[in-house]
Amino acid sequence: MTEVTATTAISTDPTRRARLAEFWYYFSENRGAVIGLFFFLFLVLLAIFAPLVAPHNPTIQFREAVLLPPVWQEGGRATFLLGTDAVGRDMLSRLIYGTRFSLFVGVIVTVLSLTGGILVGVIAGYFRGWIDTVIMRIMDIILAFPSLLLALVLVAVLGPGLTNAMIAIALVFQPHFVRLTRAAVMTEKTRDYVVAAKVAGAGHARLMFKTILPNCMAPLIVQATLSFSSAILDAAALGFLGMGAQPPTPEWGTMLAEAREFILRAWWVVTLPGLAILVTVLAINLMGDGLRDALDPKLKRS
Amino acid sequence: MFRFLLGRLAVLIPTFIGVSIIAFSFIRLLPGDPVALLSGERVMSPERHAEISHQLGFDRPIVMQYLDYLWGVLQGDFGTSIVTKKPVIDQFMELFPATVELSLCAIIFAVVVGIPAGVVAAVKRGSIFDQIIMGTALIGFSMPIFWWGLLLIIVVSGILQWTPVSGRISLMFFFPSVTGFMLVDSLLSGQEGAFQSAFNHLILPTIVLGTIPLAVIARQTRSAMLEVLSEDYVRTARAKGLSTFRVVGIHALRNAMIPVVTTIGLQIGVMLAGAILTETIFSWPGIGKWMVDSVFRRDYAVIQGGLLIIAAVIMLVNLAVDLLYGLINPRIRH
Repeated sequence: MTEVTATTAISTDPTRRARLAEFWYYFSENRGAVIGLFFFLFLVLLAIFAPLVAPHNPTIQFREAVLLPPVWQEGGRATFLLGTDAVGRDMLSRLIYGTRFSLFVGVIVTVLSLTGGILVGVIAGYFRGWIDTVIMRIMDIILAFPSLLLALVLVAVLGPGLTNAMIAIALVFQPHFVRLTRAAVMTEKTRDYVVAAKVAGAGHARLMFKTILPNCMAPLIVQATLSFSSAILDAAALGFLGMGAQPPTPEWGTMLAEAREFILRAWWVVTLPGLAILVTVLAINLMGDGLRDALDPKLKRS
Repeated sequence: MFRFLLGRLAVLIPTFIGVSIIAFSFIRLLPGDPVALLSGERVMSPERHAEISHQLGFDRPIVMQYLDYLWGVLQGDFGTSIVTKKPVIDQFMELFPATVELSLCAIIFAVVVGIPAGVVAAVKRGSIFDQIIMGTALIGFSMPIFWWGLLLIIVVSGILQWTPVSGRISLMFFFPSVTGFMLVDSLLSGQEGAFQSAFNHLILPTIVLGTIPLAVIARQTRSAMLEVLSEDYVRTARAKGLSTFRVVGIHALRNAMIPVVTTIGLQIGVMLAGAILTETIFSWPGIGKWMVDSVFRRDYAVIQGGLLIIAAVIMLVNLAVDLLYGLINPRIRH
């Protein structure tokens, strides 16, 4: 696999490597971004190796150990490092498995809304005219609703569950990608290199996706990280409202919803899942800030 | 200005029609019989079904049904709740002031704290203040606000016992609703302690709803200020020997405010969405909680009507922001 890419990319290799090095130079200047990146990689590993890392099965109920506090508090047990929830499930294991759901939601929503948004946005920006008008009006309609409300109602139509929540959130996020892509395509379209490619006989599809699109990617990548973190937040919010992942799934938002009645009795069942959401989203947003600094030529201090 | 307004309306009207089509088709996309869903009756004889079907106009062609629906909407008929049997628009008007009061307090909180924080961060760029302010802003921006609300309840209401946990005012007080704004009504009632109680009930929801807008406004103010501070006219003002306070406060801030005002306007839509979570956590009787409750009660008539009214309100607010923006920044009118 690597050999194939290496041979096909041989002519562009030096410039690509130089660009990567330049990217890393600007990215690593932002200390927070590097911390965010490493923490994010840690979460990815945690999600992949969850069955090996987690001390218990996240859905097994230890009936003799209900609402145990974390180990450092009086009454805590060493087998349950972060305590147990109201039906005796190990908090640490549930939190570890929760990274799987959150990262999965982030990836799926971002991929869906990014590819959909790029496809529609490129068409709108490239062809303009009535296609553009129709597409942009439809996007305006989606944007007229508060995103969480629309997602909530969509899930109510489709039925509660993580899959439907992801579809709803992806649909709600799509217009931002469409607008960004369209704007970028419109500015690139009149550039000389595009005209040159056109004169050389490139067809519409080639012009759209091979000539223009790669030069529009910077703002899209930044928006993608932003929607990755927002997707995690919104899916957790839907879970919290009872419309996302359903119990006993160890999804962080759903865990919070189950823990609500214990807020004054057992701080750990409420505090820990929320903290997990916050830290994950924060790491991704830190990365996003670094990406914006590194990719936005306007901000580069050369 | 008039042409600018016309241009905005030309976009707004098709969008509103699209929004109404979504609200109209929503009830028909649901799995199950829309007649049963809208009437709230589960078991019906065929005659009863035909009767209700005729009443609701379901026996007419779909296009006519839509036109009837639109005609009703334009006259203020957004349907009738299945659960309470009250018109949706009446319920909305009853609950909307609570959401407006909360959103206004939240936006004032966000502006009053966010703009000075952003200005300080920009002026002291790279300093420890800048790092602390921007770090806090990023945490606020990443905050799952439903969890933030629960945390504040645990600490401020539970451990410290400073504020009440939920609702708009203590049950001890009762007075007629004049404006719908509890802060104003409690003052008008003249009852001792009523205003204090209403104010205490507002503190936590305001902080929770205002957190994300606050973070966004602080970040936006900082970057707008940084851009303006490197402009020639700021250097000229400094060269004239004006005090830093005058340069930053008068010359720079005014110009930096232009993008910030747009951000604040855009936050209003975000507020109404954030109100869904904030109102649910604090049992705040506003439209956000109303919509969530309706989803759970399967009150589809309310969801349909509420969706359309909320979208219309947001569109009008955005139009107002656009017009205001056109007034303070004449360059964008064309």
